[in-house]
Amino acid sequence: MKILVVDDSRSVRRIMGGMLSKMGHEIFEAEHGKEALEQLKAHPDIGLLMLDWNMPVMNGMELLEAMKKGRDEGPRPTIVMCTTENEMSKIVHAMTKGANEYIMKPFTKEILEEKLGILGIHGEDNGA
Amino acid sequence: MISPEAVQFFLMLLRKESGLALDESKKYLLETRLEPLAAQEGYASINDLYMAVRNTNNSLLRQEVVDAMTTNETSFFRDRMPFDIFKNEVIPDLIKRNERSRRIRIWCAACSTGQEPYSLAMELASMSAKMPGWNIKILGTDITEAVLKKAREGTYSQHDIQRGLPTPYLIRFFKQSGMNWVLNSDLKRMVEFKRLNLLSNFSWIGQFDIVFCRNILIYFDVETKKTVIGRIGGVLAPHGALFLGGSETLLGIDNPFVRAGGMKGKYYHLNGAPAPVR
Ligand SMILES: C[S@@+](CC[C@H](N)C(=O)[O-])C[C@H]1O[C@@H](n2cnc3c(N)ncnc32)[C@H](O)[C@@H]1O
Repeated sequence: MKILVVDDSRSVRRIMGGMLSKMGHEIFEAEHGKEALEQLKAHPDIGLLMLDWNMPVMNGMELLEAMKKGRDEGPRPTIVMCTTENEMSKIVHAMTKGANEYIMKPFTKEILEEKLGILGIHGEDNGA
Repeated sequence: MISPEAVQFFLMLLRKESGLALDESKKYLLETRLEPLAAQEGYASINDLYMAVRNTNNSLLRQEVVDAMTTNETSFFRDRMPFDIFKNEVIPDLIKRNERSRRIRIWCAACSTGQEPYSLAMELASMSAKMPGWNIKILGTDITEAVLKKAREGTYSQHDIQRGLPTPYLIRFFKQSGMNWVLNSDLKRMVEFKRLNLLSNFSWIGQFDIVFCRNILIYFDVETKKTVIGRIGGVLAPHGALFLGGSETLLGIDNPFVRAGGMKGKYYHLNGAPAPVR
C-alpha cells in the first residue's frame, strides 16, 4: 500500500517510514499538512496517512478539515493520527474530525502493526 | 554460574508447580529470570536461592520462583481473528441456542493481566442491543496472584491500551486517570477473576459455553496438554467453543475436540457436538 507519513520531525518520518516499508509498504513523506495535500494530488492512490498533530504551516487538524472539504475529489485515504497529544478530549476530537485510528507517541512496531491490523491493513511479507 | 543441581531442581519444581516444561537448553532463561529474584530476596547467587528453596518449607519463595519464570505477555484483541470469530460466529449462534436460558458463561483459562477477558466483555457490551436482559458472566483465571490483582484493578498504561485496542473502544470503555487508563466499572463488573492452577482438578468450576485457553499450552509437555485439554472438554457445554492461541494445536494429542470454522478458524467443538443453529 502507498502510505504518506506526515510529520515535521525528520527522525519520526525516518523511523516510521522504516517500520512501514519493512512491512512491505511504499512510503511518501510530507513535513506538514500543505505538503501532504500536494503529495495526495500527485499520488491519488495513496491509501493511508500517518498524521502528526502539531506541525508548522498546516497542522493535522487543519489537514483533516481541508480533506473533508475536498471529499468530492475521490475516495479519501484512511487516516491514522500519530502524535504526542494523549488527552482523551484530543483523541475524541480527532476521531470526530475524521481520523480512523489514533496512536500516541512514543509507539512501538507492535503498536503500529496492531493499529493497522485493526483497520484491516496487513503487511505484505517481503521476507524481512 | 548456576550449578547443575540447581538447574535440575528448578526445572523439576517448575514442571511440578505450573507445568512449565523447560529442558537444560533453557538454562539461560533460569539465569536471566532468577538472578534478579535472588538479588531482590537478598541471596548472594542463584545457587543460594536454590539452597533456600530446597531446604526450607518456604512456599512463598517457591511461588516467587514460579512467578518469575512465567511469561505474562498479553494484549487486547490478541491476533484479532479469534475475537472476530467470537463476535461474528460463536455469539450469534449462542444467541439462538441459549434463547430460553438467556445465559452465557465464558472462561479465560490463563488470563494474565485481563486484556483477553476484557476484550470479550467489550465485544459483548457492543452487542448488548441484540441480547437485552441476558445474564452474561466471564471468568478469568490465572496461576499468578500479581497479574490477577492488576486485572481486577482494570488500570492500564498508555502502552497497554495501544496494543490491539481499537480507539473507539478506548473512548467508550475507558477513563483517563493521570498517566493511566481505567476501565469503566460496568465493564469490570462483567468479569470475575480467580486464582486457578490449570494443573489442578478444576471440574468444580462449572460449565461454560466458551473457553479461551490461549498461549499457555505451548509451555506444557504433551502429557500435561492432554490432561488439561481433557478436563476443559469436561467443563465445556456440548455445543461449546474452545479457542487456542495462534501457534497452538491439538495435533498429536489424544483429545475430545474437532476443529470448527474451516481451515482458518482457530477454534474447536467437542466431538459429536450439535450442529450450529440456523
Ligand atoms: C502468555 S500468558 C497468555 C495470556 C492470554 N491468554 C493471551 O493469550 O494473551 C500465559 C499466562 O498463563 C499463566 N499460567 C502459567 N502456568 C499456569 C498454570 N499452570 N495454570 C494457570 N495459569 C498459568 C501465566 O501466569 C500467564 O499469565
